[in-house]
Amino acid sequence: MLCRAACRKLVPALGSLGSRQKHSLPDLQYDYGALEPYINAQIMQLHHSKHHAAYVNNLNVTEEKYQEALAKGDVTAQIALQPALKFNGGGHINHTIFWTNLSPNGGGEPKGELLDAIKRDFGSFDKFKEKLTAVSAGVQGSGWGWLGFNKDQGRLQIVACPNQDPLQGTTGLIPLLGIDVWEHAYYLQYKNVRPDYLKAIWNVINWENVSERYMACKK
Amino acid sequence: QEALAKGDVTAQIALQPALKFNGGGHINHTIFWTNLSPNGGGEPKGELLDAIKRDFGSFDKFKEKLTAVSAGVQGSGWGWLGFNKDQGRLQIVACPNQDPLQGTTGLIPLLGIDVWEHAYYLQYKNVRPDYLKAIWNVINWENVSERYMACKK
Repeated sequence: MLCRAACRKLVPALGSLGSRQKHSLPDLQYDYGALEPYINAQIMQLHHSKHHAAYVNNLNVTEEKYQEALAKGDVTAQIALQPALKFNGGGHINHTIFWTNLSPNGGGEPKGELLDAIKRDFGSFDKFKEKLTAVSAGVQGSGWGWLGFNKDQGRLQIVACPNQDPLQGTTGLIPLLGIDVWEHAYYLQYKNVRPDYLKAIWNVINWENVSERYMACKK
Repeated sequence: QEALAKGDVTAQIALQPALKFNGGGHINHTIFWTNLSPNGGGEPKGELLDAIKRDFGSFDKFKEKLTAVSAGVQGSGWGWLGFNKDQGRLQIVACPNQDPLQGTTGLIPLLGIDVWEHAYYLQYKNVRPDYLKAIWNVINWENVSERYMACKK
């Protein structure tokens, strides 16, 4: 089950007639209130059932239109649909990862090979935590802070992505841990004080999941 | 200032995002507060209304368009009614993040709609369209008209 969560890509299954099936909103593995007091239930409910759900619905609509444009050979229409695909597709990818990156049993520090890699690539767990926090805090506008794996160089990297731009699709880095810094991710609880949210979220990071993602991609 | 004094071009360029973000944020919000008023709402009059009808067809079509453009911002940003001095016409555009209208497009800002989530989330949650419906009740058309008259000379 956990391995599935780490390795599963967002590819809707082919139906018996070869027709593309739609993307769907994944369930959370915990209740909306499970991450309190660090992220409150109201935020989790809106974030999952409204924001993520909208990305899923709009992604399906956009893919439908893109399918039509492909069938017609309409390149202009395909290109016109790219922003909607990146926005909604990225939104679906990012949040699907995010829900698994969090856990009511989270917090503390990673162990084993992931911790070794963090120490190797950032100096120490604390320096890594500081850097990911700073990069996430520094996003100007909407976006995400990411811990990613650079397959070419075999090392961990921290980057920020704007809006819903997906990490792998835009940078090639494999996403391990994402921090959503869109205002909807924290505003109801933390108001404008994004740094307080960033301090709190470390208490619910699911290091098991992050480790699984790392082990899966570092082969 | 320091980077300028030292002739440090790399530092100057490194500071550009912070200047655009914070400078744009200051410019945009300074305009925004004047675009709103407790005595606002209704429709503009006179030359501004004439220009809106000429460039968008009707006030309702203009309102629909600015609402749609503002609703459609993917991420943080602003919807703007601006004046294109070169072509002598009104235009509706969206700007991302705090990018200031005039600095990035040359259009003169007349009316801005902030669609950063902080502008509406506590009250309207994820339902940006409800905020966009409501805000028309507090648009200060006197101010928007003044801005128009000032730049159309």
